[in-house]
Formats: sequence, structure tokens, C-alpha cells
Amino acid sequence: MAKKMLGGTEMEIDEDGFIQEPDKWTNAVAEGLAEEECEIHPMTEDAWKLVNFIRQYYIDYETAPAIRMLCKKCDLKLNYIYEMFPKGPAAGACKVAGLPKPTGCV
Amino acid sequence: MSDEVTSREELLKTIDYVPAQQDLYKPNLEFRPGTWNYPANPKKMEHLELPYPREWSPPDLDWKLPENWKEIILKGMEERLNRYRSLRVYLDICVRCGACADKCHFYLGSGDPKNMPVARTELMRSVYRRYFTVGGKLLGGAAGGRELTEDVLKEWFYYYYQCTECRRCSVFCPYGIDTCEITMMGRELLNLVGLNINWIVEPLSNCFRTGNHLGIQPHAFADTIEFAVEDVEDVTGIKVDAPMNRKGAEILFVVPSADYFAEPHWYTFLGYLMLFHELGLDYTLSTYASEGGNFGLFHSAEMMKRLNNKIYAEAERLGVKWILGGECGHMWRVIHQYMDTINGPADFLEVPKSPITGTVFENAKATKMTHIAEFTADLIKNNKLKLDPSRNDQWKITYHDSCNPARAMGLLEEPRYIINNVANNFYEMPENTIREKTFCCGSGSGLGTDENLEMRLRGGLPRGNAVKYVKDRYGVNILTCMCAIDKATLPAVCDYWAGDVAVGGIHELVGNALIMKDEQKPRTVDVRGDPLPSVEGSEEGDE
Repeated sequence: MAKKMLGGTEMEIDEDGFIQEPDKWTNAVAEGLAEEECEIHPMTEDAWKLVNFIRQYYIDYETAPAIRMLCKKCDLKLNYIYEMFPKGPAAGACKVAGLPKPTGCV
Repeated sequence: MSDEVTSREELLKTIDYVPAQQDLYKPNLEFRPGTWNYPANPKKMEHLELPYPREWSPPDLDWKLPENWKEIILKGMEERLNRYRSLRVYLDICVRCGACADKCHFYLGSGDPKNMPVARTELMRSVYRRYFTVGGKLLGGAAGGRELTEDVLKEWFYYYYQCTECRRCSVFCPYGIDTCEITMMGRELLNLVGLNINWIVEPLSNCFRTGNHLGIQPHAFADTIEFAVEDVEDVTGIKVDAPMNRKGAEILFVVPSADYFAEPHWYTFLGYLMLFHELGLDYTLSTYASEGGNFGLFHSAEMMKRLNNKIYAEAERLGVKWILGGECGHMWRVIHQYMDTINGPADFLEVPKSPITGTVFENAKATKMTHIAEFTADLIKNNKLKLDPSRNDQWKITYHDSCNPARAMGLLEEPRYIINNVANNFYEMPENTIREKTFCCGSGSGLGTDENLEMRLRGGLPRGNAVKYVKDRYGVNILTCMCAIDKATLPAVCDYWAGDVAVGGIHELVGNALIMKDEQKPRTVDVRGDPLPSVEGSEEGDE
């Protein structure tokens, strides 16, 4: 596995830059990841709202929330999420939140 | 990744159907980014106890193969030739007439001659001749035989993961050769030496660990279903029941996990919940059988068997009478064509019988599992649903026959019958792109991953082109389909080749049109939460 400096911490990443040690995630790591994945730096309040919701959900359930749940609970439209994170809620926002890459029919 | 794919016009310029002069028996070893998939994560392989887990990458010169790799592959081939009569027949009888050559979406989208199904099969057939036929053993290359080398193995990896096992070519083969089965064997053999891809192995590992490909655990599943119930309430004002793990229910309902996770799958899931509430159906979801999609099909017969077994083990544990399956693609290939012989007989279940209409689904006698499109079409045929098709007037609809429900189980009329009853504006794509001649989404069989996006879009060209045709001609703005991989990957294909065409499911449309008796107020939004056309502009919404 490759290593990369993110927000001052050296992190293991996969081929697409998803971090491999979710426990080492911090806000600074998120900003580091967001440099690639988020359109605006530093991240806006809405981007943080999204990332924090995903992060908390992951802590509670060890998985990403359903996309519809994410939009409704954060009160953000899906196309706006794509504006902030061009690779979308899964490959973009979940990556910044330190989650593993989702796989399957998604 | 998406931002690295060239424009549509530039990509089209790279496709040349006149092959350059070349020796087709010489392995092609160009691993260009965008045309191959990441190898499996060794940890995920270990979860499944797969052989030779290791880190490697296709562009590397050294694939770190086990020393006796050649012996392993040839022994694996011999075992499979003895086990599957079909494999030997398919390898023997091809006369290379070429009827399949221009029927493959990957050939049409790439112009690579080795993506002609006949040539892709020849990659293995040549090795078969060399080691398993008298002529090939004696005469080698003169009899069309080819030595098995590392380069040949690398070429297998490249092309057997550039086939979506969609079986369109088989429809046109005068001998009925099922090229998909050759790809399946190719992948099984590659697995023996630890060559497989992460987009298949990780979902498999997740499925064993948590019950589904996405890795959603039971408490998250319950939370998600609860949220779906709230979402239905926001649309209809009705709090539906969505039972889970309920022993003694009449029916076990199994869906692909993306239906309760991703977009636009979600809206189809809401449609199911609304329909079952309206019928008062005695059913249950399950956290253990929380996956219909069987990525084992893309890996090996053994893995397919292990995954499919979960559904039936759960049906037996819960004591249901029969199983209803959702809008899944590959699940139906497994159920319809392999289930009875690999996991069957399911003699602890009853032949599916609709509790609403009394119809007995004789076609599901062996598997005891009925497709929801058959179930719903039967309800409509027997006048059991009140429907308002105008609640789908925001859509001009076309229908993509998902490969497996269409070609593997012949489900051609039912989805069309449903669409025509729940909506007013339905337009077919050209005749040679639908029904049993349907074109694949280009991402099936575990190839729907982003690093492979260029190849997916190339494979999606024929489908995307047909979508563009109905968009330009009739103003079509939604492509409906019955497969979770379709719903995940066709949005990119539609965006790239046609532009501004949404993707949705059949039961999303059913949910919109369904008039529910407990509804107190006229509906103002569709299941996506967007205002209905009848409401837009008239505040009263007198429908």
C-alpha cells in the first residue's frame, strides 16, 4: 500500500487515495483529502455538515448512510452535493470522511 | 476516473472496425489505464480463503505468479473439461463463421478485434487445442494450438474482464455457443493462481461478513429500512410496515443491496414498500439474505453456490412458503439457470402462488422464487391495483431490457405490460437493441468500477446510442431498467452518450401511479420528492 501525507499525518492509502486506517482520521486529514476531492478550500460549512454526518454514521454503523438519507438528513440536494464533491457522495464525500471505498452495484 | 476520460467525439475517432494486419495469436499486453480493473485486495481474498493472495498490478512485468502456475492452470482446465460437457462442446464446435463478431458491445465500442466474441474465445480455444486435442498435441501451431505462456495468461486477464457475460453474442451464434461460459471458465482458471479483481472479491467478502455486497450490517439495515418507511410517509402520508426477519411470514422478499442504499435504486425500493402495504402482503425482509445480487457468478461456480445458498437457508429458517425477488439482474441468471442443480431442490418451499390473485407461478416450480415483475404484472392483469398513470406524466419513458432478466429468463413482456399500465408515455428503442437482442450497460459482471470507466463507456456505446435516438426523436427523459448494476452504471452511459436522460426502475413508476386507499390527501410529489406535473402550476392539484 502506498503512503501519503494528509493534514500532517502519514496515512496508508489505496489506489484511489482512500485511507486505509479509518481510526487515524482527523479534521486535518479530511482537509488534506478534500484538496483532491472537494471543489472549495478550505471546506465550506455545508461540506463539513455532509462529511460530519457521514463520519458519525460510520462510527455508529460501520457503513456509509444511504444516499437518500444523507440528502434528507443534511437537507442538501444531490446535485449540490455533486457540485461540492464532483465524484459524488460515495467516491467523493465518503472518501473525505475517511470511509473505505463502497463496492457492489453502486 | 471520470475526469480523465476523453470527450465523446475524441473517443469515437479511436474506434476503427478495420483491424490492422496482425498475428491474432500473439498476446496483446497493452494495459492502458481506464481499460482494466484493480486486482483484489489480499486481505479480502484471505477472508474468502482464496489461493495466492498478494499485491500486484496488471501493468507490472512481474505478476508474482506461483512457480507451478502453468501446471495449476492446465490441471484446472482438465478438471473443468471433465466436469462440464458444455465447455468441451463450446471449445470444439465453433467454425469461426463470425456471426458473433459485431454483436459485442465491447467490440463495437473499442474496435479491438480480440473483443469479437469468436476471437476472445479463441484465446482459450487455442490453448485447449494445444494441450487437449490430438491434432494440437502433434502439430501445435499448425493445428491452431498455442503454448500457454505468462503472456497468454495476462491476455486472458485483460479480455476475460472485458466481457460482461451478457450473452448477446450467443443469441446470434448458429450453434448456440454460450461465450459467457467461456469467460466464466477463464475467470475460474485465473482465480486458481490468485488473479482476480477487487470489485468482485470485496463485495463477496462483504456478503459473507455482513449479509450483503455493500457491507451493511443488520443494525444499519434496520436503520435504513426505517428511514425508507419515513420517506414513503413523506410522499403518501401513510406509515407502511416493513417487516424484517419475521418467522412464519408467507413470503421472503430479497432485493439487491443497492436498492436500499444507492440512487436511483432507492425509489424502486419505495415502490416495493408502497405496493406491499397496499396489498397487505404477508412478507418479510431479511438481514441475513439482504443481498439478491450474486457476485459469485462473476467469480466461480463454488462462490455462486455459497452465496445463493444464503437465500434458501434463510427461507427455510424463517419458514416462508416461497420467495419473491426484486429488480436484480444477475441474481436471476443464478436462480433461473443454476439454482435447481447447484443448491436445489428447494423442496421445503411451495410453488409460488399469489395470495392476491391465486395465480400459481408454474414457471417457478423448481426454484420457488418469482420475479416481482411477474408478480406485479399478474396483479394488474387481474385488476387488483388502482392506478393513475398521469402521475408519471413528468416522464417520457424508454425501457432497457436488463441482460439477465431478458436473456436468461425471458422476462420480455411483463415489464412492458407494467409500464404501459402505470404510465402514458412509453417509447421503444430500435428493434435490434431491445428484448433478447438488448445491449448490455457495459459494466455488468463486476466491471462497474471507476478505474475501468473508459472501457465501460466504450461498452456502453451501443446502448447509449439507442438512448440518444429515442431522446432526439421522442424527447425521452428516463431510461427504466430492472437491474441494480444498470441503475448504478447507466447514468454515466446516458450522460456521456445521450445527455440529460435519467435512469429509474419499474417499481418506481408503480409507486408513483399506485392509488393507495389509506391516502388522505391527493399526492403532490412523486417518489423522488419532485412536484407532480398535475400539481405544478395549480395549487389545488385537482387530479
